[in-house]
Amino acid sequence: MQMNKTIGKVYMINGPVVKAKEMTGVMMHEVVKVGNLKLTGEVISLENDDVTIEVYEETSGLKPGEPVEGTGELLSVILGPGIIKSVYDGIQRPLNVLRNKSGDFLERGVNADALDMSKEWEVEVLVKEGDRVVPGQVVAKVKETASVEHRIMIPPEISGKAADVQKSGKYNLDANLLTVELDNGGKRGVKLYQKWPVRVPRPVKKRLAPSEPLITGQRVIDTFFPISKGGTAAIPGGFGTGKTITQHQLAKWSDADIVVYIGCGERGNEMTEVLEEFPQLRDPRNGQPLMERTVLIANTSNMPVSAREASIYTGVTIAEYFRDMGYHVALMADSTSRWAEALREISGRLEEMPAEEGFPPYLSSRLAEFYERAGKATLLGSVDKVGSISIIGAVSPPGGDFSEPVTTHTKRFIRCFWALDKSLANARHYPSISWLNSYSEYTMELKNWFDENVNPDFANLVKKAMNIFSEDDNLQQIIKLVGEDVLPDDQKLVVRVANILKIGYLQQSAFSDVDAFCELAKQNEMLKLILMYYDRAMVLVSKGVAISEVLNETMINTLMRMKEKIPNDKLNEFEEIEKSLESLFDSLNKKYNQAKEA
Amino acid sequence: MPLKEYVGLSQINGPLVFVENVENIGYNEVVEIIFRDKKRFGQVVQVSKNFAVIQVFEGTEGLNLNETRVKFLGKTLQIKVSEEVLGRTFNGIGRPIDGGAEIVNGVYKDVNGSPINPASRMYPKNFIQTGISAIDGLMTLIRGQKLPIFSGNGLPHNRLAVQITKQAKLKGEESGDFAIVFAAMGIKHDDAQYILSSFEESGAVKNVVTFLNLADDPTIERISTPRVALTAAEYLAFEKDMHVLVILTDMTNYCEALRELSTARGEVPSRKGYPGYLYSDLAAIYERAGMINGKKGSVTQIPILSMPNDDITHPIPDLTGYITEGQIVLSRELQRKGVHPPIGILPSLSRLMKDGIGKGFTRDDHPHVSSQLFAAYSRVQETRALASIIGEEELTNADKKYLKFGEAFEKEFLSQGEEEDRMIEETLDIGWRVLGYLPTSELTRVNEEEIKKRYKAREDVK
Repeated sequence: MQMNKTIGKVYMINGPVVKAKEMTGVMMHEVVKVGNLKLTGEVISLENDDVTIEVYEETSGLKPGEPVEGTGELLSVILGPGIIKSVYDGIQRPLNVLRNKSGDFLERGVNADALDMSKEWEVEVLVKEGDRVVPGQVVAKVKETASVEHRIMIPPEISGKAADVQKSGKYNLDANLLTVELDNGGKRGVKLYQKWPVRVPRPVKKRLAPSEPLITGQRVIDTFFPISKGGTAAIPGGFGTGKTITQHQLAKWSDADIVVYIGCGERGNEMTEVLEEFPQLRDPRNGQPLMERTVLIANTSNMPVSAREASIYTGVTIAEYFRDMGYHVALMADSTSRWAEALREISGRLEEMPAEEGFPPYLSSRLAEFYERAGKATLLGSVDKVGSISIIGAVSPPGGDFSEPVTTHTKRFIRCFWALDKSLANARHYPSISWLNSYSEYTMELKNWFDENVNPDFANLVKKAMNIFSEDDNLQQIIKLVGEDVLPDDQKLVVRVANILKIGYLQQSAFSDVDAFCELAKQNEMLKLILMYYDRAMVLVSKGVAISEVLNETMINTLMRMKEKIPNDKLNEFEEIEKSLESLFDSLNKKYNQAKEA
Repeated sequence: MPLKEYVGLSQINGPLVFVENVENIGYNEVVEIIFRDKKRFGQVVQVSKNFAVIQVFEGTEGLNLNETRVKFLGKTLQIKVSEEVLGRTFNGIGRPIDGGAEIVNGVYKDVNGSPINPASRMYPKNFIQTGISAIDGLMTLIRGQKLPIFSGNGLPHNRLAVQITKQAKLKGEESGDFAIVFAAMGIKHDDAQYILSSFEESGAVKNVVTFLNLADDPTIERISTPRVALTAAEYLAFEKDMHVLVILTDMTNYCEALRELSTARGEVPSRKGYPGYLYSDLAAIYERAGMINGKKGSVTQIPILSMPNDDITHPIPDLTGYITEGQIVLSRELQRKGVHPPIGILPSLSRLMKDGIGKGFTRDDHPHVSSQLFAAYSRVQETRALASIIGEEELTNADKKYLKFGEAFEKEFLSQGEEEDRMIEETLDIGWRVLGYLPTSELTRVNEEEIKKRYKAREDVK
């Protein structure tokens, strides 16, 4: 296809929004180079001869009359080996390479290839001359990092007969691995990389229903509000409630094959933290550094706001590419509110009619488009593979008020809602996910999986614990008015057990060596023991045994501290606690029976 | 390139002037506005093929349409920086106002700066001891952090800021070797006087750079004041290897100025009339704190802002809290109780604290003690609310202990003199002392060894 390169002229500048004229033939969403500095921009509206461009870099010093050059391409990402472990800005410019080119501060008009085109990779070719190839088919493998095997695929729109197939060996990205003789005539080369426009979802064969959880190792999530592989979740919370720490925890410990972490309009130091910490931490599943499966998109709050808008799409397109290889990808976007604000800011500069709180009316459809790119699916290709993208978006509601537009619209398109609570955060109860205001719509769909893989009774345990929480919530209202002393003993017990659950189960330190990640089996054991204590104690209390008898301090202390005492690989130690719990209550029972007889 | 000069304006509207039939003008370019031989500065905020909108820094009073001359300087707002700036005082656009000479030797820097490449940053980990227990123990300041003070009218934020700057030092260091960059935006003469004379008394004046835009100075200069100050700070930190502590006060006035300008430009407002880009604009200021790999210096920011009507959900503190790495919130209630410094610890937070405290940084029990103090003090609030309804007498024994702990915590831990400089060990020991009011079964955040080593039950001595 012949692309026209058009050259026009700037005639108006207002922050990141630039208008140009004399650009006939330029496409909607085409990437353009603006001004003498060749700043990267994207066409966002076309009207007669007027072209409105969103510029991804600072526009200071740009003058009317400077040239604008079309590139003939839509805003795209380059997909191929070398993406993992990279740090990109919102439009896939590699920040490490930019650092070498322009120093510690980001200068304007500096460009670099997203992937190192000259690096040679050890490629294992999987097709033969004359084989029929279809879209999505894996034709070669590259060991990209210690954790990730990169599968080179036929791009989605190509099928035909393989010709000129190269032997396995060392190739750089630009090498032609094979040529496809297309069914409808013509030829297309297949290289180690492909390009894909970020605003267009990559196709799949068929969407699948959620059926297995994304295990996060966080008790409050896995036990009470689980997310499925291919699911969507939102973490809303005011500042200081721990959105970012929760996102970091999920990026570290989720059992995903690939993690795409988008720092969208947030703090620079948070990205640095990931960059310094992830290479040190080991993936509990394969022992490799976590960085070996991670891609970072860093478009911090002080970087251009328009590239922040693009960063979400860049991230999700990279996620889709790895999903297409048959991987389970987890994507964290921190924070989607900053992305929405970027939309608002650009919309304001375009003088569009605002809807709620100045946000553009298309906010909700953009959010829907983004979250719908999550999902589990059967993928294109010659054999059926399954892959998934789970999207976890942080939301930063102004003033912590969940009734604002970004939170309310997000709620319509996600199925897990992990509400962060300011008062929990103030009491340093972390993760400060509220057990009363959060929900997961996946619980029913995942029940079978938990029955088979954790404990057939697990759903009942969870239900019981939730009942204790909701009863405790009611009792807390009374306690606030008249104090705990007036409660009858059985209600006192509920309050005490709820407290054990809150401190001993829900609280989980992100900085603990033992407890930062908690296996499902350990979660099951812990929950079982606490509820066993509750059941046994309740039997005695309802028989009239004084509450002070059953509130055994040593036992309660053990239950509250077992999360830190027993590591994931020594679960048999729970048996001892169970034994001492049994003997405690057996002796209490005996005492009661003796008292009754006497 | 010859400078372009035009005579006559087409419109004056608040701080903005409109010039027509201009050519070849750059966005954000600086202009000189000359009226009857008096010069002021302005900046191009919107430009189109043949007209430009200019915001005038010193205000538009006394300008007329036909006589005013506009000279386009062909560059963005820059200041000249060198080590000569230490000890000097400038106005909000970086011109000396202490009667001294212009900076002679130096380099020109664009005041807007450039974002630090996230891949170049170094994660800040060095604990700064401020000598204030509430801060060191519970919301530790880290070198390279941005930690604002959220205050209200009539609360002693200036005194707190002065105490921090006087006492701040790295652990193990004899005295602080900070350079201080002080940017005043729309604050009262008295406040500025107090802060500057305190610096002078402490002998730090040689290392202070001051940028003053006081309450009666042109509002519009407030937009550039923090940028100019941070440009000087970045230069000292990243080119001269100094550790720079930047105090920006009062960010609320800055935001008010921004709102005024935005309204004059006819932009679509978002919350409370503030422009939709307030978050990005504030981020461009706050994110200029930090450390860079391979550079010795650092920029630590302590912005001060007064919360309108003590409302922490107001857009200014709200957006600030989303950008900065924590916040120190002053409490009117504690102020009324006579606690100084009145730091409301529950809403306060330091995000960088977790990596700069504990073994090898402060003391191994620090993370646990601080978490325990937070948890216990949060329980104190609930207990007090309950006591105010049913009376103290009706409380359970455990609750009564919490009340005692709460009193002791406020009196012994939070309260301290303005000259009192506590070592971190002392702070933590006081923490253990006040925890002595609680039975060990309530101390779930500290581990058993620590309890054995440091806990001592305490009975009240009347």
